[in-house]
Amino acid sequence: MAEVEDRRPVLSVRDLVTEIGGRAVVDRVSLDVMPGEVVALVGESGSGKSLTALSIMGLLPGAARATGGEVLLDGEDLLGKSERQMRAIRGERLSMIFQEPVASLNPLVPVGDQVAESLIVHGHASRGDASRQAVEMLAHVGIPQPDQRARQLPAELSGGMCQRVMIASALISNPRLLIADEPTTALDVTIQAQILRLMKALRQERDTAILIITHDMGVVADIADRVCVMYGGRIVETAPVFELFERPSHPYTKLLLQTIPRMTGARKEELKAIEGTVPDVSQWPSGCRFRTRCPLAREDCAEMPPLIPVTEGHRSACWHMDELERIG
Amino acid sequence: MSEPLLKVEGLKVHFPVRGGWLGGQTGTVKAVDGFDIEIGRGETVALVGESGCGKSTAGNAILGLVEASGGRIVFEGQDLLSLDRSERARLRRDMQVIFQDPVSALNPKLTIEHSVGEPLIIQGVERKTRKARVAELLRIVGLNPEQARRYPNELSGGQRQRVVIARSLATSPKLIVCDEAVSALDVSIRSQILNLLMRLQTEFGFSYLFISHDLSVVRHIADRVVVMYLGTIAEDGPADAVFDRPVHPYTEALLSAIPLPDPKAQRAREPMVLQGDLPSPIDPPKGCPFVTRCPISEVRCKDVRPVLAPTGEGTRAACFVRNPAARPKDVPA
Repeated sequence: MAEVEDRRPVLSVRDLVTEIGGRAVVDRVSLDVMPGEVVALVGESGSGKSLTALSIMGLLPGAARATGGEVLLDGEDLLGKSERQMRAIRGERLSMIFQEPVASLNPLVPVGDQVAESLIVHGHASRGDASRQAVEMLAHVGIPQPDQRARQLPAELSGGMCQRVMIASALISNPRLLIADEPTTALDVTIQAQILRLMKALRQERDTAILIITHDMGVVADIADRVCVMYGGRIVETAPVFELFERPSHPYTKLLLQTIPRMTGARKEELKAIEGTVPDVSQWPSGCRFRTRCPLAREDCAEMPPLIPVTEGHRSACWHMDELERIG
Repeated sequence: MSEPLLKVEGLKVHFPVRGGWLGGQTGTVKAVDGFDIEIGRGETVALVGESGCGKSTAGNAILGLVEASGGRIVFEGQDLLSLDRSERARLRRDMQVIFQDPVSALNPKLTIEHSVGEPLIIQGVERKTRKARVAELLRIVGLNPEQARRYPNELSGGQRQRVVIARSLATSPKLIVCDEAVSALDVSIRSQILNLLMRLQTEFGFSYLFISHDLSVVRHIADRVVVMYLGTIAEDGPADAVFDRPVHPYTEALLSAIPLPDPKAQRAREPMVLQGDLPSPIDPPKGCPFVTRCPISEVRCKDVRPVLAPTGEGTRAACFVRNPAARPKDVPA
């Protein structure tokens, strides 16, 4: 990873604002993903993590609009692109896999044809050539008897197999960036372990940049190089993965890590909890969005804290991060 | 030891598979195929395993939501399967269930008061008493009794799950089946609800059958753990023993597959990644159900089905490679 520093980011999101009904549900989000790097976007429901991903892909649902900032893919801004231009970019330089692999595949088309589709659509291969490459790709993502499987429909495959098919179709055009939105959430743990191992192998071989959206700190710890923690539409902390787990510097991150039941340590004891509920966007407070649940909150938190440097590559949006030990 | 609250022996739940020309039975899904469990008073027993292992079906059979094909379900000393309908229904009043999704568990057109008080209406509790009881229940689960007049869509996911819990407490049950009760909740809310479930148990002394795929949650809350695979029990025993000294290779693989929320520890591990998927329960392997994915399987595992037998670790495991006692008596060593 040493030479990463000299390279330019594949994806650079600058002050992205996405609005629904005049409310900024993604509020000035900035993040970079370097070639071969895995960046995890972590947050609870309503944090804006999935809308950030959909804004990057140009796949926002009807009511949502990206209204500010830039989404630079290899330096080229995607926000100004027409739908037609985006279609040419998606599936070629930019691919996405989703939480529900079975629902994301066309139930009526054999999986081999679905994997081959982007090669044909983008004019990179003839039909026969694309089919051959699709079978190779299916083998590559660990599908046994790929030439037979290629002719089957999604319903004939298990959930784990369907996620492999999704990954195969996302990677066949060798995209610069793969966005994976909760790619293992719907899978069983033994299948999740297989898929995480596959994603790690692929990024190593192909230098694909990966932006993974997840709520699971275990998945983050397994696969991410860097982490962005989102709360209330904003990135509240960003750090290299080891640094984040060792020295969480935002009260939300610190509490979040403390609330997870561990596989070691005391059992049956009261778990640390974060008070209150994740507020709906209509109820976000002014200033720091976490202040209504934060044990360190004071009056000055009514002013929005910017991301303040903690150490190299580690920033936290909290005015009171020097008092974090009070959380325990 | 005193009589357990619930004792299940040899439970089977088989579903016919229909198809073919005339829609006749073409096979059988053995969703649960030989399942034993004991739950003591005030105890939490967890049922873990991957999708399709039969854990929810086993829970539903105990609750009477699906018909058992065989075995015994002894609750409070009486075999539910040998009783007539009304007797069975009377006993099952002492069982409640909390499902994963609090949104679909609550009728959107009913107020919180109505939903929580519904079991009491069925019991014929008079309105004024009911109202007071609902207010008390809401307080117990950490909600403001003033929220009684609200509708489910006015509450957050965590609050709705509290309402569901309050409703399950209304009839003062002795057993609560939690079927993935915290799985749909955000991390910060999940720990609140787990704390609530633990506190209520201390306060009221009921038992939980805690069905979950989330092993870190199970490790935290359970006294005993039952690991299921393809409709049968692979291993069971005290939570400490199962988690710290698993005997069955499937238990080991399951534990090894959970990514630890600690990058240093996680990346230092040599995880045991299983090959392949779960076989179909219509056509399970003849021998050990785990044989198609097991990294230590031997030739005999293909033909002979191991029995659940005591190990040296205080658990029971159905694997004769790791546990010689699991060899059926009629099979030579």
